[in-house]
Amino acid sequence: STLWFVAGEGARAVPLAGHVGFDSMPDQLVNKSVNHGFCFNILCVGETGLGKSTLMDTLFNTKFEGEPTQHNQPGVTLKSNTYELQESNVRLKLTVVNTVGFGDQINKEDSYKSIVEFIDAQFEAYLQEELKIKRTLHSYHDTRIHACLYFIAPTGHSLKSLDLVTMKKLDSKVNIIPIVAKSDAISKSELAKFKIKITSELVSNGVQIYQFPTDDESVAEINSTMNSHLPFAVVGSTEEVKIGNKMVKARQYPWGTVQVENENHCDFVKLREMLIRVNMEDLREQTHTRHYELYRRCKLEEMGFKDTDPDSKPFSLQETYEAKRNEFMGELQKKEEEMRQMFVQRVKEKEAELKEAEKELHEKFDRLKKLHQDEKKKVEDKRKSLDDELNMFKQKKTAAELLQNQAQQAGGSTTLKRDKERKK
Amino acid sequence: MHKKTMEDYVPNVSKASGPGVDFSYVGIDAILEQMRRKAMKQGFELNIMVVGQSGLGKSTLMNTLFKSKVSRKSVQATAQEKIPKTIEIKSISHDIEEKGVRMKLTVIDTPGFGDQINNENCWRPIMKFINDQYEAYLQEEININRKKRIPDSRVHCCIYFIPPTGHCLRPLDVEFMRRLSKVVNIVPVIAKADTLTLEERDFFKKKIREELRANGIDVYPQKEFDEDAEDRMINEKIREMIPFAVVGSDQEYQVNGRRLLGRKTKWGTIEVENIAHCEFAYLRDLLIRTHMQNIKDITSSIHYEMYRVRRLNENNTVVAHANGMPEHHLESEEKFDSSCAASRF
Repeated sequence: STLWFVAGEGARAVPLAGHVGFDSMPDQLVNKSVNHGFCFNILCVGETGLGKSTLMDTLFNTKFEGEPTQHNQPGVTLKSNTYELQESNVRLKLTVVNTVGFGDQINKEDSYKSIVEFIDAQFEAYLQEELKIKRTLHSYHDTRIHACLYFIAPTGHSLKSLDLVTMKKLDSKVNIIPIVAKSDAISKSELAKFKIKITSELVSNGVQIYQFPTDDESVAEINSTMNSHLPFAVVGSTEEVKIGNKMVKARQYPWGTVQVENENHCDFVKLREMLIRVNMEDLREQTHTRHYELYRRCKLEEMGFKDTDPDSKPFSLQETYEAKRNEFMGELQKKEEEMRQMFVQRVKEKEAELKEAEKELHEKFDRLKKLHQDEKKKVEDKRKSLDDELNMFKQKKTAAELLQNQAQQAGGSTTLKRDKERKK
Repeated sequence: MHKKTMEDYVPNVSKASGPGVDFSYVGIDAILEQMRRKAMKQGFELNIMVVGQSGLGKSTLMNTLFKSKVSRKSVQATAQEKIPKTIEIKSISHDIEEKGVRMKLTVIDTPGFGDQINNENCWRPIMKFINDQYEAYLQEEININRKKRIPDSRVHCCIYFIPPTGHCLRPLDVEFMRRLSKVVNIVPVIAKADTLTLEERDFFKKKIREELRANGIDVYPQKEFDEDAEDRMINEKIREMIPFAVVGSDQEYQVNGRRLLGRKTKWGTIEVENIAHCEFAYLRDLLIRTHMQNIKDITSSIHYEMYRVRRLNENNTVVAHANGMPEHHLESEEKFDSSCAASRF
């Protein structure tokens, strides 16, 4: 028998008499992460032509591949590309997922479906790995979407119903950061009104967008300021223009130049700051602890697992697994039986078909044979009649020759003449 | 997928002093700072178990390591320290803080270990305790409604105290370490090493290392978990020094004008943190300053995972039994006290 003693839930605080050295723990943790590398996955949702790819290029200062997509896609598909980026000693595996064909269809009722399916599929893959018996979670390539940039078309009026519906379906599955795309199309005053309209529409429809966290005092201030600037009005460009004596990323128009990194011109810098430099880790954490947990909870409940039964006794995991397993085996057997039946059936059908075909062939053969025989007989008959004719002709010829000879021997030419005249 | 660095697109990558100043700087490496902030906010947990016969200075060593009264004896004042009739497992937690880094340290003591006349199976309750912590974590992990942060009570490190006989390991030592090294990180130390001369110490250490090798005992840092060449190099150096010969003390003495932790005897003062005197500093550096995260990682991604695999397979074997299928993968030796675990249900 053993005795345990645990000093209460709240451990006592104890002062240290000197430097112990565990203040190096954050460094140790960070070093480990640096060795492993990081994963970050961004989903860009928005209509074709809103500058999604350009914005990604601008954000990460690199040219990702891909040609602009066509506008005639039959449905919405998701295309995902993974890149390895490095900055100083940090290696980042960045995955950018694009919605191809979003908003191009005439009937857009199902547009959001493929996006939701994609996000769920990533959660499912992680869940499967987590449920495996032999698992390798620490080296698993996490494909779950950490941030969803929702591109709003710069109409200046209000959100499209497609946007509202889509965002509503996504807000419990992913961190949504709404942005106004190609915002150089809107004037400053219109933009302010547009932002207010968007925000109020989101609120009145109960869409939960991602809030930059304000619980850590070192970033609370900047995050809460930025929260009030949502949605970010961005402009993307990878082309550089000379302003003063510097080359800056900009879009050049006859009436002026929009500088991407000028905070008076657009919110690009704010987006980069929030998305990458301040809250990347929080986005990853929220995805794991909130969105993924919700998915997992729903999925497991769907599969019939419970934590406690109505009498508040913990369900035996073993029993549940066993029950599930038996159910599964039963289904498996049933399916096997069905398949076997179907197979037998098919074989029978095929056999009958083949027999039928064989019969037909036989019949055809018999017919042909008969035909052939008939033809042969006809030919034979013809031949026979021809032979008969020939014989008759010969006979007549012989008879005629004989008569001729007789006539020649018997009399002179008169008889011949007479015969000849007679013959005429 | 191809590797692109900042240098590919902008010839001179320079660090920005602020956003928007340097146009080639994306800011990906800011994630390190973000992680650090999060870690500081959450704090850390560390669970250390000390195993060894009574009188080997376990409590003192813990107090010396953490420069504070963290051992069980310091917390539980008992009039007479009686050697218990059976092995007890006593766990004490402390919140300690250093330069803004908060840590919940749990010291798990095992009074009674090796103190009986018949010490057969004395490893059992300790093994059970360790497995019970894994079980508790597993139960939390498979819940549908899970806690945001599962409390980690798993034993990260087990410091095993070898008495300074100077000869070789005792059968009890071999037996314990052989079994426990399979489920937990074991760090063996030679206790009260001030009774050995340097030559005796080196001889003893070599002997111990040989015996560990001969019995296939893998102590921390285990060779098979070295991640890369750099790791291997650092860990080889450590493996050549194990077991650390330590001396513990929570008393300070004046030595050469400085106040140092030490043990004062008639023939001199042993300075605990002086590496010429004993190897306490190496132990401290290993456990706390350099390998603490690694110890925790090995516990969670290897020992715990192994427990989980066994546990989940066990369920299947039980089911298999019920279905009349033969089980051939459960060795009687490896079969831990499943009765204890099953009783949890």
